[in-house]
Amino acid sequence: MLEIKDLHADINGKEILKGINLSVKAGEVHAIMGPNGSGKSTLSNVLVGHPSYEVTKGTVTFEGKDLLTMSPEDRSHEGLFLSFQYPVEIPGVSMVNFMRTAVNEQRKYKGLPALSASEFLKLMREKRAVVELDTKLANRSVNEGFSGGEKKRNEIFQMAMLEPKLSILDETDSGLDIDALRIVAEGVNKLKTPETSVLVITHYQRLLDYIKPDVVHVLYNGRIVKTAGPELALELEEKGYDWIKKELED
Amino acid sequence: MKEKDSEEDNHKKVRMMKAEQQYIDLFTQCEDMINGHSAEVMSRLRRQAFADFCRLGFPTRKQERYKYTDMAKLFEPDYGLNLNRLDIPVNPYEVFRCDVPNMSTALYFVVNDAFYNRALPKGHLPEGVILGSLKEMAELYPELVAKYYGKLADTSKDGIVALNTMLAQDGFFLYVPKGVVVEKPLQLVNILRADVNFMANRRVLIILEEGAQAKLLVCDHAMNSVDFLATQVIEVYAGAGSAFDLYELEETHNATVRCSNLFVQQEADSNVMLNGMTLHNGITRNTTEVTLTGRGAEISLLGMAIEDKQQRVDNNTFIDHAVPDCKSYELFKYVLDDSAVGAFAGKVLVREGAQHTSSQQTNRNLCATREAHMYTQPQLEIYADDVKCSHGATIGQLNENALFYMQQRGIPQKEARLLLMFAFVNEVIDEIRLEALKDRLHRLVEKRFRGELNKCQGCTLCKE
Repeated sequence: MLEIKDLHADINGKEILKGINLSVKAGEVHAIMGPNGSGKSTLSNVLVGHPSYEVTKGTVTFEGKDLLTMSPEDRSHEGLFLSFQYPVEIPGVSMVNFMRTAVNEQRKYKGLPALSASEFLKLMREKRAVVELDTKLANRSVNEGFSGGEKKRNEIFQMAMLEPKLSILDETDSGLDIDALRIVAEGVNKLKTPETSVLVITHYQRLLDYIKPDVVHVLYNGRIVKTAGPELALELEEKGYDWIKKELED
Repeated sequence: MKEKDSEEDNHKKVRMMKAEQQYIDLFTQCEDMINGHSAEVMSRLRRQAFADFCRLGFPTRKQERYKYTDMAKLFEPDYGLNLNRLDIPVNPYEVFRCDVPNMSTALYFVVNDAFYNRALPKGHLPEGVILGSLKEMAELYPELVAKYYGKLADTSKDGIVALNTMLAQDGFFLYVPKGVVVEKPLQLVNILRADVNFMANRRVLIILEEGAQAKLLVCDHAMNSVDFLATQVIEVYAGAGSAFDLYELEETHNATVRCSNLFVQQEADSNVMLNGMTLHNGITRNTTEVTLTGRGAEISLLGMAIEDKQQRVDNNTFIDHAVPDCKSYELFKYVLDDSAVGAFAGKVLVREGAQHTSSQQTNRNLCATREAHMYTQPQLEIYADDVKCSHGATIGQLNENALFYMQQRGIPQKEARLLLMFAFVNEVIDEIRLEALKDRLHRLVEKRFRGELNKCQGCTLCKE
């Protein structure tokens, strides 16, 4: 599904990613862990086409297509979704209007007719249930006045609405209490199918108690330095990252 | 210094030749014709207005209030006028469909500067309400009109108000007597219609007696692909405990100059909302002066402008807190694209002794390009010590993070920009106290941002 080869990327001329290689197959859940500043968020931003980052080398293909030449919106239409670490508040733009535009733009891209108002509202109701998102929130402006937990739930709600093939969860667990974490994680699991994949970017093990990864990678200093099974996450939780750093130095 | 002065005088004289002189000649030559086709109550003020105009001339950019727009230049071109009140061959009800239809308003037309009398809306206004042609009503009720006409619009202070008073022959009149509530919103459509470059000078007088209530929507349209220059003077008297909403919506074309002077006087516990929305225009100057003369009076003064290409909107406001315990709330928002220019200057004066004044002024602006220019000048003058006043102004660009967030959800950048601009002006629209108009405006603004607004049927001026 996702094939990253020797990916290098800069922000403001500073190289952050220094040759990433990563392959995610359909149906797999990958976790990317690593200490602060290792390039985790840069990787997710580069994948969705954030304009502040510049790819200087390497290739990324998504379902066989060259991802790096696509606009951010087309990457989304092709089935790439990012749950933002810091979801943006957009005062004055209602959730309903925002989601309707997003859903219908995706349908347009796929050559499908726009949903009618009643079809759309039915879809909203259905998907809201996945993350127990309050009706009141769905009627407000995008993320405006939402608590940290509500914002993260809202991200997963949008994921449910757009049904992506590959979802990137960027530090989705940060700022969540245990109940919110459970709801968010259960939401992600409910949406999981054998055809869809998830890339979980996280600092801590705790989200991985709920969303079980098939593969765990450690990103350090712009490179993936270790790849193993789910047991690696537990090991990191226990021992921290220093032993990996030490291993690298040796 | 002396030399410079005389140089300026010369310069002023040359301009006089160009801009003012044609209007001076016009009045001198046509005074009888102007008077003959107007009402005596209106004509009474012309001589004084003429003298004031000769003395003042057009405002120049050296005057603080006019520093953002060169008014004299706008009046320089040669425009035709219809002083003889020749019939304009148009039935507005047939040829014109306003963009705010199905609002269930009582609909009236002013074609150029003459009230269109031939087909008035069905249904009765509440008893005692007087509505119609200012000229006619000034003839039918001379004492009533004379008591108010020209009292707020001081010709000795402003050359354009003087010019309008000297030339205006007709317009719109509304009188709501004590305690009467006009439930149905009133709508006045100003149509500019001419085959040659044309000037219209219209006049509006609105009187609400104690406890009276009314809502009026005024829409400005230009029908033909010629240059238009429209001046208007509106005077509003809001009696004690009265409530009045005035929504002004301009949808003219790039070759229209609008110069409006709105004067409002509010007595105790009156509640007035003014909302001036420029959706499409050429060059617009709106001057608004509100005087709060009775305790407990409240004014909401709102405005927005959506501009692109070379459009210009200059709003100048003045709120005078003359007595204690009054409230003013002011909010103006501009969205400027291409090479558009916007200006906002808002002054709030809290006079000595006007304690417990509450005043809030906000001006927020979005410049979508590097070529767009916004000038903002908030001014607060306070001579009382127990007041709550605030003001703020911002000029900014679209939020890049929000844009990217929307793109990640599959919303194309262009669409995302539209949604953000739309959201930005929504704040002004949401203040509107007419639900149907609010809904309609949401759609109109969206069409405007998408470039689909049907400004004026048959007009090709603004299409690129």
